[in-house]
Amino acid sequence: MDVHFWLLQVFNGMSYGALLFLLGSGLSLIFGVMRIVNLAHGSFFLLGGYVALSVIHFTGSWLLAIPIAALAIAIIGVAMERIFMRPLGGDQLRQVLLTFGFVLLFQQGALDIWGGDNLFINPPKVLARSLVFGGYYLPLYRIFLIGVAVTIGVVLSWVLDRTRVGATVRATVDDAQMARGIGIDTSRVSMATFGLGALLAGLGGVIGGGFLGVYPGLDSDMLPLSFAVVIIGGMGSLTGAAIGAIVVGLLDNFGQVLFPQAAYFTLYAPLVLLLAVKPTGLFGRE
Amino acid sequence: MSRLAKMSAMLALIVAVAVVTPHTTPFLLMLATRILILAILAMSLDLLLGFTGIASLGHAAFLGLGAYMTAILAVRFNIGLGWDFWLVMLCGILLGAATAAVFAVFALRARGVYFLMITLALSQCVWGLAYRWDSLTGGDNGLNLPGRPSFGPIHLGDDTAYFYLVLALFAVSLLLLYVFVESPFGRSLVGIREHETRMSVLGYNVWLHKYIVFIVSGAFAGLAGVLWAHVSSEVSPEDLTLTTSIDALLMVVLGGPGTLLGGVLGAVIVLFLREYLSTLVPWWPYVLGTMYIAVISWLPDGLLGTLRQRWRLAPVDAAPPGRLARAPDRG
Amino acid sequence: MTAKWFRLAGLPAILAALFTLAAPRANARDLTIGVLWPVTGPLAQIATDSINGFQMYLDEHKDNFHGATVKVIIADTQAKPAAAVLQAEKLIKQNHVDMLIGGVLASTGYALAPVSTREKVVYISSIAASDDLTQRDAAKYPYFMRTGWSSSQPEHPFGEWACQNGIKKVVTIAADYAFGYETVGGFQQAFEACGGKIIQKMWPPIGTSDFSPYISSIKADADAVFILPVGGAGPLQLPRQLQGAGIIPGKRLIGCGTAFDEFILPQMGDEVVGAVSALQWSAALQTPEAIAFVKAYRAKYGKVPSYFSESNYTTAMMIDEVMKETNGQWPGGEKFISMLTALKVNAPRGPVSFDDMRNPVQNIYVRKVEKEKLDGYPNPELWNVVTKTYPDVSQFWNYNKADYLKQPVYSRTYPPCDNCK
Repeated sequence: MDVHFWLLQVFNGMSYGALLFLLGSGLSLIFGVMRIVNLAHGSFFLLGGYVALSVIHFTGSWLLAIPIAALAIAIIGVAMERIFMRPLGGDQLRQVLLTFGFVLLFQQGALDIWGGDNLFINPPKVLARSLVFGGYYLPLYRIFLIGVAVTIGVVLSWVLDRTRVGATVRATVDDAQMARGIGIDTSRVSMATFGLGALLAGLGGVIGGGFLGVYPGLDSDMLPLSFAVVIIGGMGSLTGAAIGAIVVGLLDNFGQVLFPQAAYFTLYAPLVLLLAVKPTGLFGRE
Repeated sequence: MSRLAKMSAMLALIVAVAVVTPHTTPFLLMLATRILILAILAMSLDLLLGFTGIASLGHAAFLGLGAYMTAILAVRFNIGLGWDFWLVMLCGILLGAATAAVFAVFALRARGVYFLMITLALSQCVWGLAYRWDSLTGGDNGLNLPGRPSFGPIHLGDDTAYFYLVLALFAVSLLLLYVFVESPFGRSLVGIREHETRMSVLGYNVWLHKYIVFIVSGAFAGLAGVLWAHVSSEVSPEDLTLTTSIDALLMVVLGGPGTLLGGVLGAVIVLFLREYLSTLVPWWPYVLGTMYIAVISWLPDGLLGTLRQRWRLAPVDAAPPGRLARAPDRG
Repeated sequence: MTAKWFRLAGLPAILAALFTLAAPRANARDLTIGVLWPVTGPLAQIATDSINGFQMYLDEHKDNFHGATVKVIIADTQAKPAAAVLQAEKLIKQNHVDMLIGGVLASTGYALAPVSTREKVVYISSIAASDDLTQRDAAKYPYFMRTGWSSSQPEHPFGEWACQNGIKKVVTIAADYAFGYETVGGFQQAFEACGGKIIQKMWPPIGTSDFSPYISSIKADADAVFILPVGGAGPLQLPRQLQGAGIIPGKRLIGCGTAFDEFILPQMGDEVVGAVSALQWSAALQTPEAIAFVKAYRAKYGKVPSYFSESNYTTAMMIDEVMKETNGQWPGGEKFISMLTALKVNAPRGPVSFDDMRNPVQNIYVRKVEKEKLDGYPNPELWNVVTKTYPDVSQFWNYNKADYLKQPVYSRTYPPCDNCK
């Protein structure tokens, strides 16, 4: 295992991390604002991929599929929040369990609508190639993944840090009661955040569909990984989600090569220790 | 209702179940056995969720440990298939308690939703071990037990006999848990649930209370695990996935947290929808999902909790359990 | 497709079912079959393919096996062994089924076999392939019968084929569980016996989707990569990622037959063209039986039949053949097993008989993925074109059975990888 191997692994781990960032950042924001763990987040990812497949089937356009699928999932998310989560008030446990009810419905619904085959979202030919230089094969799609994640990350952090909307969100994450006190409509912030989180997950599903495919069970494959991202990064922090995503991406990559016997253990045991030492994650706040 | 009336109603119900079930269908008998075992698991979780106000998303770990211990002893060492079954059961209870004692050290540092996450991560570790440590656990293939124990004149291989054993242990667990939550210690748990800060100002060692209740909960879940291993004479990593943990939580919330019996009702509903309805229609997951959403949305106190309030059966101290699980993570 | 299963007449039916005392024993001229598949959850498509294959044979014969009316009861295993056991016991004790068929994963097969022994009910595994169920453990499960295959069965001839066809050094990337070990083990034993070398073995966990860590450690001097990805995104992704990393087409792509089965092949792209594997079935098989089966299946269900479909179609055919000999009378479990073992049928996959450990003896086809027009279908499609047929292959290949059974079951560490350093 020489330096080439390590360079390549870092690249691969980063590109996987990029996908996890799309998933984890939404989960993390939802947590920050609403203090709930959205168990349906993997389902949003899965549905995003399926909706995109349908759009491609009917229009033939991959570019069109990205916004339509992401928006469709955002609408599902907003509807879920308004109709079902909102009436539960601040009861977090019941909100968490409610999202699990939706996991079952989405899972069976997807199976009935799109069938159980292992499908794949073919990206445009340009992205399907590999860049070759100096003996390295760098699949363009992986570079594209990193590009999308960086763009989304920059836009999100600009919105959060520099805009009025962002300020209200940050205020709600910091202290919802205080935010309400100064006249912020936290209920609308919750709705918007849940919608945004769903949108990001749906977007992840479309982009991920050209990397992981779309298949029944993808939802439950992705959920624990996105948990790991927010546990490491701390919930409610965008920087945290970015770092968490890279760490999980790299851990997953190197863990499999260096500790093949303990592939699952290497992921969860450090999480337990981290949570025990710093229960709110690296960048989370009480 | 007076305590005596409650106890006799309960006894009558158990006797009725004992008399009627074996005369229904073989499938119902097997299903009832599974329901009773998972009811023990749900009650043990209710101790945490309903009475202490902490929600664990990792209770499958204790069930799994009890089950794997039973299977490994039976398969690799031929232990626990005769009179020594009782010894194995005791070991399962102790293993559950001991593991809980270790887990709690980590988990109790977190609160609210963070507690959910850390218990989840802990149980995923146990799952990872069961899945990967093939030489001990059989890995993905799982382990097949040689059969159910028999001792003296009793052959648990007979479904009816096993049902009675499980029912008896369920009744004992219910009684012990009832005594536990009605004791002064149990009362102070409810105090912690309602006003943690006040309790600690009053001089209660809140951490120790939570620590002890976590261990007691682990012990009963371990017992459920021992019984689970013999119910289908097979254990596999599937028994301790995240879904099992979520199932257990849902059973408690469906039935009504803080009622003990709510978990039993929840177990009945979940298993019926999962295992019975699935023999009738292939779209049973819709029914199960809708049921979860409906009960959580419209019956905040769970089925039993709602009934209690309707009929004014609630003892004075039963706070609306809808608020039980509020995570005090904002101090 | 699962018409029998939609008989739900609403709540009254459920209530009636709930309070019915033990169901009456079925008519003597009925043959009741309980089938156990993961109808819901991630493996649902395998369940559908399997049920469709079985159902197609029943439809062709109007649910009548030489006078016996066939009743099929479908049970959902949810891909969980514990649920499978409960449903199996229900089928036996309440529905009094004559036999059980099903189980996709080895874990389900291993959980159901003891139930069949305990209850003395025939259990046919048409898919689950764990070697030892019909090898070292066969004596433990006298009512167990396999109509599909055992994991290492196609790999013995394939190993020999590989070394006779210019492949010298192979790297394996196979799923980290018993099915992966048995597949790779069988291939390695035969491949190395004739002079080939396995120079590296890698075991990604089930459900691995990003294989890049494995791909970038593939040794440069290998001339072929043997793959067996299982679960989730893996089966589609591994060949793509091998191509993306520039490994293929520089090295030859070979693998377990399931890696390129018709179950997944239509979703694959040009990266698998030229990939070679071995299995007891290929939808491109040019025999009249196979062509007729493929055409009928495709007309009915709109898909090329996978080995899941063929295996269950053939299973139904075998049961029918036994019932022919008994004039539609259920002969009882023990008799049925011995009659089935003595049977010889001409299945879509070719002639099938059984060895005395109740595993099929059948043709193994070496197949190469090609993009072409076949069987008169209008568009060029990916097919597993048969390049060589090894006739009548048993699970013991050309080894001495007693010696073979003395060696341990193939595992992560057996056969040892002497050329891996």
